[in-house]
Amino acid sequence: MSYDVAAVRKDFPILARRVHGKPLAFLDSAASAQKPRAVIDAMSDLYSAHYANVHRGLYQLSLEATDMLEAVRDKVAAFLGAGDRREIIFVRNATEAINLVAYSYGRRHVQPGDEVLVTHMEHHANFVPWQVLCEERGAVLRVAPIDERGVLQMDEFEKLLSPRTKLAAVAHVSNVLGTVNPVREIARLCRERGVPLLVDGAQAVPHQRVDVGALGCDFYTFSGHKLFGPSGVGVLWGRAALLEAMPPFLTGGSMIESVTLRGTTFAGIPQRFEAGTPDIGSIVGLGAAIDYVEQLGLDAIAAHDHELLAYAEARLASVPGLRILGTAPHKAAVISLVMDDVHPHDLGTVLDREGVAVRTGHHCAQPLMERFDVPATARASLALYNDQSDVDALVRALHVAREVFA
Amino acid sequence: MSELRELYQSVILDHNKRPRNFGTPGDANRHADGYNPLCGDKLSVHVTLADGVVKDVGFEGQGCAISKASASLMTEAVKGRPAAEAETLFRAFHGLVTSDPRGEPDTRGLGKLAVFGGVREFPIRVKCATLCWHTLRAALASGGVVSTE
Repeated sequence: MSYDVAAVRKDFPILARRVHGKPLAFLDSAASAQKPRAVIDAMSDLYSAHYANVHRGLYQLSLEATDMLEAVRDKVAAFLGAGDRREIIFVRNATEAINLVAYSYGRRHVQPGDEVLVTHMEHHANFVPWQVLCEERGAVLRVAPIDERGVLQMDEFEKLLSPRTKLAAVAHVSNVLGTVNPVREIARLCRERGVPLLVDGAQAVPHQRVDVGALGCDFYTFSGHKLFGPSGVGVLWGRAALLEAMPPFLTGGSMIESVTLRGTTFAGIPQRFEAGTPDIGSIVGLGAAIDYVEQLGLDAIAAHDHELLAYAEARLASVPGLRILGTAPHKAAVISLVMDDVHPHDLGTVLDREGVAVRTGHHCAQPLMERFDVPATARASLALYNDQSDVDALVRALHVAREVFA
Repeated sequence: MSELRELYQSVILDHNKRPRNFGTPGDANRHADGYNPLCGDKLSVHVTLADGVVKDVGFEGQGCAISKASASLMTEAVKGRPAAEAETLFRAFHGLVTSDPRGEPDTRGLGKLAVFGGVREFPIRVKCATLCWHTLRAALASGGVVSTE
């Protein structure tokens, strides 16, 4: 196994921090990931030596900044296995990407009485925009159920695809349950019925290779900050044919062809969906993040994550009174914990004092919390820089919590 | 660890495990719901208000140890007291839990509620401790839903 996690950890300066006098065990990458030195340096380098506004200037700096930004567009296209660079839209985050599709595609195509299909495990970002769209358009939001293990009920999903379904939206990986959905199969079902499919890949891209061509979906979204990149940048990938037919989302500068007092014509893709000055620094940072994970290798990262997940599951089984929410056979390294007699919030506080950072709450998935009848969970998530000592620290801290609340 | 022990001291742990006045008094005539969207703490406070006095009070709901213990101790503190005193107590309580942890805690007039002094070291938990009080005040005023946001 050539994966040297100790070397990887050295690439992330923040992991050297101590918290409440203890070493930091950062187990909340699912909320937002830490950044390698290479990403920090890339942004620093841009601002120190190459920064200018993009696409508009004729001068040297503007050319450099534009080239750097457009190079990242190519990089993201290759990263996602997209055939056409024009299919990569830079947005602020996955939430904005989904809102873009809901606004530009949804509002045009969803008519009264139509349907939009999502699942019960969705993050609010991939639930609320569709719910609001349906309310506004007099359409019906259909929600495909999941079972006790957190597995999507595919026969129910298929049944819910109807002649009135105008769009389906599913998470690639659940941010609470860790469930990896059978996106290829879902895409096939949708394609056969002419239903465009949006896949929310926010929790997938940090853990595995994604190839949108192979998946067969029509839109794919992710956030830069979960992929070890800076916050402020996200990506929408969309099939060129679909994007070309979509009206703009945000309007203003950069996305126009010509503006007169009488009216405006809009640019082609991707510019049509990139109004205003982009977050140039974050886009450059994202490029460096993609370089970093590609250098480590997505397959090596996936193997590391799975090995560590197996170690974590085995060690967590030794903690009395602890239940894992989300036991799908195909899971990513996201572990939601429920402890008998200890509210997640109290658990999170005890863990924090032990230097262990986990997220507690509803994780922007209230419908999912309701489905499992829990007010909240404590969620530990593992990423490419986590190692066994992080898991050991978590287990130790859980035992401390048991003691405090005994 | 000592701050943790101070936060989760025996009185708080006891009131979490065996909350007092848990439930709705039979003759309750005021109520309000409280909700902390950040963590999912939810409670409702039911009061029997008569002649400006909190004749009886109960609470229901689910939440963290701090929110439950706080609600339990709150109901013990205000039961039988005039509603106006509940307001005074709230201000003293709120003052305590939001005061600078480097200074001496001001626990005057708080009695058992002084055990929440430890919350000062955990600013993110202040809302857990005060949710029940905000809800009680809403119940005494008219009734409705209170959120900590």
